[in-house]
Amino acid sequence: MSCTVSMTVNGKTVSREVEERTLLVAFLREHLGLTGTHVGCDTSQCGACVVHVDGRSVKSCTTLAVQANGTEVTTIEGLAAADGTLHPMQAAFREHHGLQCGFCTPGMVMSAVDLVRDNPNPTEAEIREGLEGNICRCTGYHNIVKAVKAGADAMAGAQPAPVAAE
Amino acid sequence: MYAFTYQRPTSLADAATAIQAEEAKLLGGGQTLLPTLKQRLARPTDLIDLGAIPELKGIREADGGLEIGAFTRHAEVAHSDLVKRVIPALASLAEGIGDRQVRNMGTMGGSIANADPSADYPSAVVALKATVTTDRRSIAGDDFFTGMFETALEPGEIVKSVRFSRPDKAAYAKFRNPASRYAIVGVFVARFGAEVRVAVTGAAGSVFRAEAFETALAADFRADALNGLSVDADGLNADIHASADYRAHLVTVMAKRAVEAAG
Amino acid sequence: MANPNGIGASVRRREDQRFLTGRGNYTDDFKRPNMTHAVHVRSPYAHARILGIDFTDAAAMPGVVAVLTGADMEADKVGSLPCGWQIHSKDGSPMKEPPHYPLARDRVRYVGDAVAVVIAETREQARDAAEMVVVDYEELPAVGSSTRAIAGGAPLVHDDAPDNVCYDWHLGDQAAVDAAFANAAHVAKIDLVNQRLVPNAMEPRAAMGEYDQSTGEYTLTTTSQNPHVTRLLMGAFVLGIPEHKLRVVAPDVGGGFGSKIFHYGEEAVVTWAARKVGRPVKWTADRSESFLTDAHGRDHVSHAELAMDADGNFLALRVSTLANLGAYLSTFAPSIPTYLYATLLAGQYKTPAIYAEVKAVFTNTSPVDAYRGAGRPEACYLIERLVDVAAGVMGMDRTEIRRRNFVPKEAMPYQTPVALQYDTGDFAKNLDIALPLVDYPGFQQRRAESKARGKLRGIGFATYIEACGIAPSNVAGALGARAGLYECAEVRFHPTGSVTVFTGSHSHGQGHETTFAQIVAERFGIPIENVEIVHGDTNKIPFGMGTYGSRSLAVGGSALVKAMDKVERKAKKIAAHMLEAAETDIEVKDGRFTVAGTDKSLGIGDIALQAYVPHNFPLDELEPGLDEQAFYDPKNFTYPNGCHVCELEIDPDTGVTTIVSFAAVDDFGNVINPLIVEGQVHGGLVQGIGQALYENCVYDEESGQLVTGSYMDYCMPRADDVPSFTVRYHEDQPCTHNPLGVKGCGEAGTIGAAAAVMNAVVDALSEYGVTHMDMPATPEKVWRTIRDAAPAPAMAAE
Repeated sequence: MSCTVSMTVNGKTVSREVEERTLLVAFLREHLGLTGTHVGCDTSQCGACVVHVDGRSVKSCTTLAVQANGTEVTTIEGLAAADGTLHPMQAAFREHHGLQCGFCTPGMVMSAVDLVRDNPNPTEAEIREGLEGNICRCTGYHNIVKAVKAGADAMAGAQPAPVAAE
Repeated sequence: MYAFTYQRPTSLADAATAIQAEEAKLLGGGQTLLPTLKQRLARPTDLIDLGAIPELKGIREADGGLEIGAFTRHAEVAHSDLVKRVIPALASLAEGIGDRQVRNMGTMGGSIANADPSADYPSAVVALKATVTTDRRSIAGDDFFTGMFETALEPGEIVKSVRFSRPDKAAYAKFRNPASRYAIVGVFVARFGAEVRVAVTGAAGSVFRAEAFETALAADFRADALNGLSVDADGLNADIHASADYRAHLVTVMAKRAVEAAG
Repeated sequence: MANPNGIGASVRRREDQRFLTGRGNYTDDFKRPNMTHAVHVRSPYAHARILGIDFTDAAAMPGVVAVLTGADMEADKVGSLPCGWQIHSKDGSPMKEPPHYPLARDRVRYVGDAVAVVIAETREQARDAAEMVVVDYEELPAVGSSTRAIAGGAPLVHDDAPDNVCYDWHLGDQAAVDAAFANAAHVAKIDLVNQRLVPNAMEPRAAMGEYDQSTGEYTLTTTSQNPHVTRLLMGAFVLGIPEHKLRVVAPDVGGGFGSKIFHYGEEAVVTWAARKVGRPVKWTADRSESFLTDAHGRDHVSHAELAMDADGNFLALRVSTLANLGAYLSTFAPSIPTYLYATLLAGQYKTPAIYAEVKAVFTNTSPVDAYRGAGRPEACYLIERLVDVAAGVMGMDRTEIRRRNFVPKEAMPYQTPVALQYDTGDFAKNLDIALPLVDYPGFQQRRAESKARGKLRGIGFATYIEACGIAPSNVAGALGARAGLYECAEVRFHPTGSVTVFTGSHSHGQGHETTFAQIVAERFGIPIENVEIVHGDTNKIPFGMGTYGSRSLAVGGSALVKAMDKVERKAKKIAAHMLEAAETDIEVKDGRFTVAGTDKSLGIGDIALQAYVPHNFPLDELEPGLDEQAFYDPKNFTYPNGCHVCELEIDPDTGVTTIVSFAAVDDFGNVINPLIVEGQVHGGLVQGIGQALYENCVYDEESGQLVTGSYMDYCMPRADDVPSFTVRYHEDQPCTHNPLGVKGCGEAGTIGAAAAVMNAVVDALSEYGVTHMDMPATPEKVWRTIRDAAPAPAMAAE
């Protein structure tokens, strides 16, 4: 009924003995103490739990920890640089007031980063569509959309544009 | 979630053995199964994760159409240059499933084996004259979906791949449930020479073909050819989001939009 | 502006660093050594008698620490959850106030009513065991809606509330209204439903109880908008814990929108249970549990009539409303459909006579209480829909009929016929700013262009006024409030000149850590980095009434100003002593204390140091230290107001409505941080749009089962459902009775938006003869309306 789960989380290798029914979000929050990833619903709709598994955004409330065995996981805690410099997307959310209560924010930022990786120069409509898996109750999305656009621009400026993005 | 034993076989044969355990369930991307388990609506003893089986993966061109491994994620179908080239309507359908995160996990095999009446893929399986290959046999797409959450699969039978025929023209148009974002009505229209297929998902307990639409479009592949046609509202799904007669109406509207999009 | 981070600056929020890096501390993030987890056993029935509870098997499950029931609470003399507002009916009788126990005792009255709690080592173990608790229910007939509640022979939710009526209340001059109607040239009428909503803060409710055996102190960490209120209610009325032994902490809270104002049973359960099991107990709601047990909002059924003279001048308004309060009285439930609703029925109009009756009833549904706007969106929606109907009756332009009836700026302060006195407002100005933003003259052409594409275009207006910062306490008390409505602040200067502010307001998204610091930085001319704002902990904050009703800045900010006044007064005395000048000669500006006409001056930092190292200090006159506290009790409500305009397009083939543009013009008085104010408006607008187009909490009328119990069925607005907004505000009409001249901005968007959207929907459908549609305007409802309209107009028919 329990098993060993090992993965790389925010660059660090971790290994824990957990019940097999443990969700990835519970593994992160309860076993690793990474409480930045949140749970806002139980039907895989709200996106507060979004993390990256092998570079792709997934809902960690709808993923078993064992399914992520051997993968590289990035959570909101691992997005900023080691020296604390915010990722351009985080900085854009701050600059454009893209968050209020902060609860949906980690998932929103992780989704936004994934969205921009697929589409480095998204239109407003593409941003809105790309965030359909993340519900925010505070901001009305207006400033989130602005932030993602600015974050995308900053990401393009901060890094060499990907040559052959998948 | 109730406790279970997790297994991750690395071959189809091992998976076929593992699934023989009583009350074992196959785990694809888990985007339907895990929410079901979280609500404690199912109590499997074993979960057999199909994610480590090479035979279930990959997208290939086959017989002029496409063969897509059962454990191919929706995002892979949506982003595949091959799919976009051979059957762009299928890529576009995949791009509209659930949300970005669901597409990054959910798999084609999981979707069709689950046979949710409001899932998108069943419409493509039927409209694109697909053949479902399992670890035991081949099943014609037309025979695969047998009812609400019911398929022709036998207990323990594992979907290996789905082979889609290449249409001359095709498009999928969906009217989403505003809350859940599942299809209230999704219509896949595909034209193969003189033959036209119109497969409808979301509207009824299971995907079905709108034959009168097919006849009309075979004669004249234009949206206006569907004027005055509608499916019978009797027997269609009804819930707080859409009554049966609204769904019947939407089938015509979405079919027209699909025809227009198919060009 | 002297201070770059002072009043009026769009300072980037200081709280964002922790939220953006995953370092926020929400209640469920807390973990204590030896902590246990609580899961509630909840009623699957809307109404049933509890015949017995068998938890033998559950108690034997792995990891189970305890299974506790209402009987255990009764044995420990745990009380009923109190109601904070008492309404009296027309006949003078007090409202019915049946007990509301944290764990039900003999009967359950809504699906989700808690009957037992399982405490175990892990959450999953507690859930496993909760399923094994066997409750023997005798199902009773249920009442799933307000209209069913008052139908003859309806089952009784509470035996001592005949006809399910909690109160039957009224406000206004009925005789004057009747007389005006008798002489009216025209009458506009409307029947409407303001549907029930689920607040849906993204952080589900959670609570953690702790008990320290050595000191006898309890600590409750909870998702609350007002921890002191919870401490008072739970300590004094439910658990009998004196305040000095009860600490309530509301850490980072993930949104509230009203739903976290109230004292909930789970808070009492975990606090009480922590002592019983001798270990910390944490409970966190699933979203499904939140749907069932968070207090819901709205749920009115109303009829209204507006009398007009021959020129469209409003003569009188008559309103009759049936309000659903749910199964029990939530903390402030009785006040919402009365003093926060009927008192706003004048809106922006000089209607001379108004009479409103409100019948509030019990049903077998989740309790209903304040949800963003709380009564005021219901009032605004009713008035603004009715005014549109009136424009139709009169054949007048919808902006013109509004303009004709606005209370003119010159009439301020204006006494309405429904108790309130507006202090300021320039309603015509709001409209004047709004109309060019939306190019109103160009609308007909845009409508024609839409029609050419087979689409129906509509434009809708809503003007609103709201009353924020409920007060003064003595008036509220006379109206039935059982609490004071002031706020408290403490300003603590530290010896080296930095400042900690302790505020009784609570921030759960509003950004107080930034805006309150701006006010302090501005006043004392110090860098914002030197100011820390502390909130949400009863052991740190002297007292507080928390955050709701857009009151934080108007009331909490005013308390802060009062405390700063006291600091400055004391500092002035110290400065006079240090500068060897008369106090009357000291001039104060931006935290600098100068002897008039000289270059002798001191900064507040120098004074603070002297206050704590009083070597040169008027010790015979003053105590050392520079730490002042103030309570502020407002003299009146504040009256934010504005004008919202929505333009939208309807696809007649599917019934889908798409908002094309939305402009909001608001008067919030003075604005401290424009960026934050605009953000509050955006969020409010989407909650209003959500009500108009998407959200609907549906109970089965007969069974009382919640039909929309998850995001699969309750439609939350998502990013691709809504547009970007045009938001403007003006600062010409500051509040006249608080020191900052602020009015409040938290609820405005929600109050105006629903009416603006629905007025636009009805406008778009006007060619089909539609004069009203109840919310939400779902695709099917719109499609069906068009289909059923006869005869169909000359549209490009399918």
